[in-house]
Amino acid sequence: MANENGVLVVGEIHEGAVSGTTAEMLGLARRLVEGGLGGKVSVALLGSGIADHAGEAGPLGADMVYVADDASLAPYQNDAWLPVVESIVKQANPALVLLAQSSIGRDLAPRLAFRLDTGVSMDTVEVKVEAGTPHLTRAAYGGNARAVLSPVKLPALATIKAKAQEPLEPQAGRAAEVVNVAVSGQNIRTKVLGQEKAKAEGVRLEDADVVVSGGRGLGSPDGFQVIEQLASILGGAAGASRAACDLGWYPPSKQVGLTGTTVSPDLYIAVAISGASQHMAGMSGSKNIVAINKDPDANMVKVARFAVVNDYKQVMPPLIEEVKKLKS
Amino acid sequence: MNIIVCVKQVPDPETPAVAFKVDATTNKVVPAQGVAPVISPFDAQAVEAALRIKDAQGEGKITVLSMGQASARDAIKHGLAMGADEGVLVSDPSLEDADAFVTAKVLAAAIQKIGDYQLIITGRQAADWDQGVVPSGIAEILDLPSLTVTKSVTATNGSVKVERVLQDGFETVEASLPAVVTVSNELGDPRYPQLRQIMMAARKQVTTYTPADLGLSAADLQPRLKLEKLFVPVNDSKVEIIEGDTPAEQAANLARKLREAKLI
Repeated sequence: MANENGVLVVGEIHEGAVSGTTAEMLGLARRLVEGGLGGKVSVALLGSGIADHAGEAGPLGADMVYVADDASLAPYQNDAWLPVVESIVKQANPALVLLAQSSIGRDLAPRLAFRLDTGVSMDTVEVKVEAGTPHLTRAAYGGNARAVLSPVKLPALATIKAKAQEPLEPQAGRAAEVVNVAVSGQNIRTKVLGQEKAKAEGVRLEDADVVVSGGRGLGSPDGFQVIEQLASILGGAAGASRAACDLGWYPPSKQVGLTGTTVSPDLYIAVAISGASQHMAGMSGSKNIVAINKDPDANMVKVARFAVVNDYKQVMPPLIEEVKKLKS
Repeated sequence: MNIIVCVKQVPDPETPAVAFKVDATTNKVVPAQGVAPVISPFDAQAVEAALRIKDAQGEGKITVLSMGQASARDAIKHGLAMGADEGVLVSDPSLEDADAFVTAKVLAAAIQKIGDYQLIITGRQAADWDQGVVPSGIAEILDLPSLTVTKSVTATNGSVKVERVLQDGFETVEASLPAVVTVSNELGDPRYPQLRQIMMAARKQVTTYTPADLGLSAADLQPRLKLEKLFVPVNDSKVEIIEGDTPAEQAANLARKLREAKLI
C-alpha cells in the first residue's frame, strides 16, 4: 500500500475503562499528527461488550474509532485479535501503529509486524518525526543504552511504554467518527482455560503517587513488613525488585522493572535495592527517588535525589514514626 | 516429543553499568574487558522448560538452535551441557547486523530444515535488545500458535498447556501442537551443568549452516528497522546524602527533607 498517513492506536479496555496507556498513546498520536506527521488519529477498540466505550476516545484525541465487539475477542488471544487488527490497519492505512507495552500489546505487536511485513520497536519511550518519518527511541541492554530506530517501510509499529507519554486533557465535546468492524472466521488455535487475577488491595502500583519498593538487600520476606507500613502511611503502593520476586519474597505482580510494572510516581523510595539496570528501566521515570541502602556505591544511591546510607532495619522504624508524626 | 529451543548469546547482563560502553562511530557495544558473553538468561530457562517436559515424558529430543557468530557455539554448548541432545548454529558475516525481522526469518528457515518438531521454546526476550519480537515472528512465519511470557509449560500428545504471566495475574492457556512458547523468569532457576555433563556436551554434535544452506538469499535478509543511533544516556542527577549521627537522626532528617520538598 502507499499513501500511508496518520496514526492508528490499538487501544485497550481495562476494568471497564479505556486504559491509561491508551489515553497516553492518543495524546502522543495527536501531538505527532499535528507536529508534522499529518493525517488522522484513529483508535481500534476490541473486546466483548465494549461498544459503549467508543465515546471515550474522541475527548482523548481520536478522530476515528474502529469498534470490534465480539465474544471471540475476550479474553484476549492473538489468534482472535490479529486478523481483526490487520483488517483495521488496512482500512485506516496509517503511517504509524501504536500499541501498549502491556500483556496484550507486547504479545500482539510482533505478530502484527510480521503479518504486515514491517518492523516494530518494542517498549518505546519517545517518538519524534524527522523528515516526515517516525523515529523511535527505546532502551536496550537492560536500560544501559538507548537506541533510536527508523522504519525501512511503512507502517511503522511501536509499543509504547506505560507512563512515558502525557495524555491530553479530555475535551468533553470532542466527537469522533465511529466505524463498526465485522468480526468472523478467525482460526483460533488457543483456548483460555482460566484466569487468576492478583487481589487488588489499596492503591494500584502503576497509578500510585508514592511507591515504596524493597529488594534483595532486605534479607528476607519479613523485610516487606516495613515496606508495606511506610507505603500505607504515605497512601502509596508497595513494590519489589525482580531479585526479591524471584526469591519468592513478594508476588510477581508487584515487580517493578523491565519485565514487570513500569511506575513513574512523584516519590519512589527504594529500600535495599542496588539498582540493577533492569529495575531502573521500570522506575527511572519517577520524579523523585529516595535510596535507603547500606552501600554508598550502589547504583540506586547515585541516581537518587536523597539517600540514606545505612541499614534499612535501623532506618525504617524511626522513619515510619517520623512520617506518622508529620502526617498527623 | 521433539523440541527445538532457540537461544542467543549476549554480553553478560551482569556486567556492571560502568563497564558498559558504546562505540559512537559504529553504533555497537564495545565488549567489556574480561567479561565473557553468556547464553541469554531467559533462554537458559527455555532449555530448562524443555528438559522438564522431556523428564516428565521420559523420551524425546531437544535441539538447541542459535544464530550468531562462531562464539555462539558456546551458548549452544551450555544448552547441551544442561542436557539437550543436539545443536544447530546458523552463522555468516552477512548476519552481523540482523534485526529481529531477519533473525526470525533465519531461525524459521533453520527450524524447517531441522524438520521433525512439535514444540519450539525460547526465552521471552533476549537480554541484549529486550524486544521479545523474534519468537512471535517465528510463529507467524511458520503459521503456528504462539503463547508468550509463560511460567510453566506442560505438553501431552497434540497439545501444550501453559501458565501465562499477565500484568495483574496469570492465565492458563492451551494450544494445539506444533506451537511456539516463550518463558519468563517466573519459571524458576535453570539447572546448572555439572562437570561431567560439560565434558559429555563437548562430544555432542553441533551442525553449522549458512543462510544459503537454508535457501535464503540476500533479498530475504533485508532488515525492517534501521538503527540510527545507539548511545548511553547521561545521568546528571546530584544525590544529597542525608546526614545524621544515628539511624534515627538520619530518618528524622530525611522525613524533614521530604516535607520541605512537599513530597509527603
